[in-house]
Amino acid sequence: MAERMQICNLSENNFEQCTKCSICTTVCPVAAVTTDYPGPKQAGPDGERYRLKDPAYFDKALKLCLNCKRCEVACPSGVHIADIIQHARMSASAGHHASLRDTMLANTDLLGTMANLVAPVANATLGLKPTKLVMDSVMAIDKHRTFPAYSRQKFTTWFKRHAAKQQDAFPNHVSYFHGCYVNYNFPKLGQDLVKLMNAIGYGVHLLEKEQCCGVALIANGLYKQAKRQARTNAASIRKAVNMDHRTVLTTSSSCTFNLRDEYPAVLKVDTTDVRDGISLATRFIYNLVDEEKVKLVFKQDYKRRIAYHTACHMQRMGWQLYSIELMRMIPSLDLQVLEQNCCGISGTYGFKKENYERSQAIGSILFKDISDAQVEAVATDCETCKWQIEMSTGLPVENPISILADALDLDATRKANGID
Amino acid sequence: MATNDIYKKEYDVIIVGGGATGAGTARDCALRGLSVLLVERNDYSTGATGRNHGLMHSGARYAVTDSESASECISENMILRRIARHCVEETDGLFITLPEDDLGYQQTFVEACQRAGIRADILDPEEARRIEPAVNPDLIGAVRVPDASIDPFRLTVANLLDARMHGAETLNYHEVEGLIINQNRVEGVKLFNKLNGEHIEVRGRIVVNAAGIWGQRIAQSAGVNIQMFPARGALLIFGHRVNQMVINRCRKPANADILVPDDTVCVIGTTSDRIPIETVDDMRVTREEVDVLLKEGVKIAPSLATTRIIRAYAGVRPLVASDDDPTGRSISRGIVCLDHAKRDGLEGFVTITGGKMMTYRLMGEVATNAVCAKLGNTAPCVTATQPLPGSEEGAPSQSDLTKRYSFGQRAAIGRHGSLAARIEKDNDIDNALVCECEGVTVGEIKYAVHQLHVHNLVNLRRRTRVGMGTCQGKLCSCRAASLMGEFRNDVKGAQEDLAAFLDERWKGMRPVAWGDTLREAQLTAFIYEGLCGLDMAVNTEGKEDVQ
Repeated sequence: MAERMQICNLSENNFEQCTKCSICTTVCPVAAVTTDYPGPKQAGPDGERYRLKDPAYFDKALKLCLNCKRCEVACPSGVHIADIIQHARMSASAGHHASLRDTMLANTDLLGTMANLVAPVANATLGLKPTKLVMDSVMAIDKHRTFPAYSRQKFTTWFKRHAAKQQDAFPNHVSYFHGCYVNYNFPKLGQDLVKLMNAIGYGVHLLEKEQCCGVALIANGLYKQAKRQARTNAASIRKAVNMDHRTVLTTSSSCTFNLRDEYPAVLKVDTTDVRDGISLATRFIYNLVDEEKVKLVFKQDYKRRIAYHTACHMQRMGWQLYSIELMRMIPSLDLQVLEQNCCGISGTYGFKKENYERSQAIGSILFKDISDAQVEAVATDCETCKWQIEMSTGLPVENPISILADALDLDATRKANGID
Repeated sequence: MATNDIYKKEYDVIIVGGGATGAGTARDCALRGLSVLLVERNDYSTGATGRNHGLMHSGARYAVTDSESASECISENMILRRIARHCVEETDGLFITLPEDDLGYQQTFVEACQRAGIRADILDPEEARRIEPAVNPDLIGAVRVPDASIDPFRLTVANLLDARMHGAETLNYHEVEGLIINQNRVEGVKLFNKLNGEHIEVRGRIVVNAAGIWGQRIAQSAGVNIQMFPARGALLIFGHRVNQMVINRCRKPANADILVPDDTVCVIGTTSDRIPIETVDDMRVTREEVDVLLKEGVKIAPSLATTRIIRAYAGVRPLVASDDDPTGRSISRGIVCLDHAKRDGLEGFVTITGGKMMTYRLMGEVATNAVCAKLGNTAPCVTATQPLPGSEEGAPSQSDLTKRYSFGQRAAIGRHGSLAARIEKDNDIDNALVCECEGVTVGEIKYAVHQLHVHNLVNLRRRTRVGMGTCQGKLCSCRAASLMGEFRNDVKGAQEDLAAFLDERWKGMRPVAWGDTLREAQLTAFIYEGLCGLDMAVNTEGKEDVQ
């Protein structure tokens, strides 16, 4: 009788499914480079029992967690180890205010809006040595870091001026969650997506209202704000998926993971009803090609040697194959798939002075692999991996969507899909 | 002192039994200036002391049926909060009324509590759900009382430590084979040293029988009859705390009606069955007991149905017959102190029994008073006011922790109070975790092995919580065995100890071996047998630590 009563003994945080096998700790990039962090098993399921006894058992070492989720990928028992750690950080931070630096790093959209207005000045200033030193000493943002350059024109401004009108004419439609990076720093990626989707007969639309997905807010402890923004985004996504019947595409693996999984698991903003309606663009396109709904025609002379780096959250979703296989369709592209290793930046983590050395130590295996691969560029689906790899290897890093858009023979693709 | 010297000496008092009562008596005697030897046949706190709920009763449970016990409990409860702070967690308790219970009992209960001097506040069910979210939300009534959680292992060790600091000697694994009797006078004990197989005699002016349920045998060996009624109770340990307060059912005491948050786990219990005295050493938990505990447990806290059970265990309450009932059928509820000179014409022999773990100190005081009266010692009892070692002021605080990851240091302070200062933590090795579930460091193991009478891994578990977490020794036992082997320079012995320890862990898991507990056990078996070949290296037949 007792067994039957307990047949599905899943407690809320499911840490009791942990059999202490410690596989998670062997894949933790932080535990591999410092003894100050005890690894996911200890910080997660083990520590949780003590924190349930008394929250005072929260250990500051948990702040070293990157939330890369590699532990969850490795766990044979399906324990949401990183979520347990996030929750512990969340409860420990209740009542504390985030520092100015963390607030600044976390508010990628606010910073972006201001910087866009004065982009040339901001870019020049942020790149200046004195500015960097001030940021290093006053703000504790490491001097080695360069903020990604701000674009003069936001993606959304470009879209409204140059693309919005044409979108309704296409036979099929998707929505696009562009994210802060595309909007403020790198509109070209968004433009590439529009170009690519249009070529295969899909009109691209903005969401009714998009705010920063909040991944950096969560990482920096600004949970209330993250929750507010999550609710706004959830409502917009719900409208796009349920009312307009459009899949919401993304071009950033971290935004995608956050919208689909962290909203319900960490912020308790339930997006499970529209989870299947949110997809990374490469996955969406791959499936269309695979189902023979669209055709991609590539240039014959796109001769490049590129290495693909699987971002941690990409691996958590298990979606790297879509990006890899899509790029493998480019006939003359020599694609080297790297072993999955964390780059060490983890969003804003590596920007912080106290984390800089650890961040670079974590990334060192990946950097060496990249240098050994002898490639001209690196592809990855995550913008912060891009900054880290560019800074640490000197190689340009591109999103698979941009590579596909570049390699595509637009006219031939349009023709193949019956688009004039 | 070397064991040989102990054997040669004559003591004022020899105490038989290393449970809470024996330890409390040893402490009291030592504090009053007597020379003391305590002997225990197994490890300390292996009997009823280590096999209960870990509940520090407010007395409310007994208020309606046994007002004398209730008053004793509340008075000792308040004393232990002061003298044993590091063993006690002041959780408070709820007595809940469920729809199937009679809400009318609540009034009777509250009035009885008030008569016994136990604070009992009626809460509205909404308030009860707020302060204890794990409680069955269907409750129709709740009363808050000053119940608490107490660690009996720590409590016993703290008493022994203090006794030793005041000159007492203590020996575990020394079994009493008989008493030395000379002309109606007990003059000492005949001991069997289970560690080396020696038979020895030690002399003492008074022998105190504090052997709990086994006290009947000790008395019998002196030709004295004490009628014990062993009442067996089984309990289940869950993998983590679901509740922060003790939760009781507000009705006449029955099966599985108390859920206690103990350290990192919670414990539901107990069943209650009279058993023949011959079977008191059989602690196996049956399927039926597990069923009853779980079925009743989920009524108290529904989340128990989906929480991993890490093990089951059973203990025996040493209930004793009333001396004034010639049929021997009626049970004495309170503390029973028998001066066998008056009762049976046998000088130099005192039995202290009945009572509860909760009233161990008072039992020690009563027994010591009897001993002192015989020896003409007039020193007053100070155990009610003098804090136990570990509970003095000046426990290391969280701010004393070193900056790096300090889970083990925190956990050690939780366990050892001010004595945590004795644990080495100045280098990476001493700070390294041996038991990851419970945060036991190499430093803490060293401290326990060298200062707390540890002979094997089971002893070590009782002193530190090594192997008490959800993995039940999977990761820590080989590390701990390795350290023990190193300290003793005995690899073979450490291997045998490791195998015995894992067997002992499995015994408690077996009655609840399904789901994650079974997966856990299988992985453990795979590591130790499949991978390490421990079953081939060591023959464990007949080598279990006697529980």
